[in-house]
Amino acid sequence: METSSRLTIFQRGFAHAVLIIMGAFFLSPFLWMVSTSLKSNAELFLWPPKWIPSTMVWRNYPDAIDYIPFFKYLSNSLLISGLATIAVLISCPLVAYSLARIPWKGAKPLFGATLIVMMMPYQVTMIPIFITFKNIGWVGTNIPLWLPALFGAPFYIFLLRQFFMGLPKELEDAARIDGASELRIYSQIMLPLCKPALLTIALFQFMGSWKDYQGPLIYLSDESQYTLMLGMQAFKSQHGAEWQLMMATLVMITLPIMILYFLVQKAFIRGITFTGIK
Amino acid sequence: MATVGTTTKDNTAALVQTKRKKATKFETKLALFGLLFASPWILGLLMFNVYPLLASAYYSFTTYSILEPGKFVGFENYTTLFKDDVFWKSISNTLYYTFIFVPLSIVQGVALAMLLNLKIKGQGIYRTLFFIPSLVPEIATVIIWLWLLNPQFGLVNFWLDKIGISGPPWIGSEAWSKPSLILMSLWGTGQAVVIYLAGLQDVPQDYYDAAQVDGANAWQRMRTITLPLLTPVIFFNMIMGMIGALQNFVLPYTLTNGQGTPANSMMFYVMYLYTNGFAYLKMGYASAMAWILFIIVVALTAIIFATQKRWVHYQR
Repeated sequence: METSSRLTIFQRGFAHAVLIIMGAFFLSPFLWMVSTSLKSNAELFLWPPKWIPSTMVWRNYPDAIDYIPFFKYLSNSLLISGLATIAVLISCPLVAYSLARIPWKGAKPLFGATLIVMMMPYQVTMIPIFITFKNIGWVGTNIPLWLPALFGAPFYIFLLRQFFMGLPKELEDAARIDGASELRIYSQIMLPLCKPALLTIALFQFMGSWKDYQGPLIYLSDESQYTLMLGMQAFKSQHGAEWQLMMATLVMITLPIMILYFLVQKAFIRGITFTGIK
Repeated sequence: MATVGTTTKDNTAALVQTKRKKATKFETKLALFGLLFASPWILGLLMFNVYPLLASAYYSFTTYSILEPGKFVGFENYTTLFKDDVFWKSISNTLYYTFIFVPLSIVQGVALAMLLNLKIKGQGIYRTLFFIPSLVPEIATVIIWLWLLNPQFGLVNFWLDKIGISGPPWIGSEAWSKPSLILMSLWGTGQAVVIYLAGLQDVPQDYYDAAQVDGANAWQRMRTITLPLLTPVIFFNMIMGMIGALQNFVLPYTLTNGQGTPANSMMFYVMYLYTNGFAYLKMGYASAMAWILFIIVVALTAIIFATQKRWVHYQR
């Protein structure tokens, strides 16, 4: 906003003050988690609370990993999130392209259905889907946690459609006149153009699957199948007193998402700006 | 034999016809590709949405559990629900949470986005700061805040103590458990800020320049330009936020180990649905709850949509 260059010193100071106070509210729980993860048992319940431990107990991290089958849970989480992300990247752009760029009769009603489903609460379909997977014998495996993504997810289809709509129409007209097949127009012209949008939905899906709690809670029963989020819950009830180990684990399950986010941040924000959420 | 004139006519007609045939052939081909490309989602709609929707409607009239096929009982599940105190409690908890959290999150999100859109020093750092919590998994949020809000040794009551306020028991008390939950939820709304920011950056600079010439001050510019142009984004976030809030599950569930304590003050609608379906295996009963939730969502969405004309301004 160019106008802000005309802000008075008072307005500037006010903005900083509000941002700093709000910033403290947003940042301190996170810092407290990191600080607690490095505390010794003795300093845990100190009053007044201490932000920087007198000795950093780095051992909490390997200890936390030993407390729960950390690497087992980690690989389960990575596998489910990875498969769901790949599935979404295969199906959603294909469908969105059909809805946005191919003139056919079904496109409009199908888009309408997509919007309705986007607003439909997950719980309405949750029980019959569970029963179906139960009958097939997939309850207790990770298949129900990623397979449905192969058949499209309404929110991502919506985002990608908005993105495709924004591309100039001349692109495919020219290609069609040149005799390129639809498949070729899609894969060689359109798909490369929507990289930022694809990155955005990949990030959304990966973070969504990684953080998902309800899905694994319903479908996974055997501890060897648990994801990190479910594993945390077991940790919480069994070893409730070991706050510093719990916090160390939390740092370790939060960090990968943060690193991932900061790596793709630029493309991600561009993706949001281009897709029609705004 | 026809005359020369008619032959030309015939020829043109034939030409038009072949052209039309070619065009329809092309259209058919396109339609086929459209259908082919959309087929995963058409299957997905049928398998994971239409069929489950119908099945859930059917189950809601039965005593279905995983263990036995269940029998048709008509509206019994619904009439039992209306006499179920926990059901009503869960509805009032959920609406309380939705009607307080969603407006607060919008005010907080819009205010933060406007501040973050100012050209001031440290803009990038501030932006990162507000986004970080939304990257934290809900289970981590719960554990961190459980610790922060602890009445005896939590950081929040320590700070309140410093400014002379004796802090409430937070999650442990019936009156403060839901406000605690709203506080935690507000902490994780950074993603909405990013979306508002994107909306703000879309406002044409000319509008501000014109307003400046007319002598509008910063406050007036915000009231008459920024806010109206942001209403489509607010509208989107309001609907998605409301639907999300009505389905609030992970925070209260993990916070109370699925108990909804104290005194069911944290028993949220979807939590009770989950408990009925997967802990008590009353799948028919839970399906009836799912349908009532669906109706509530549709009704509230329709109400928001109906108000749209009055306050949402589209640029085009």
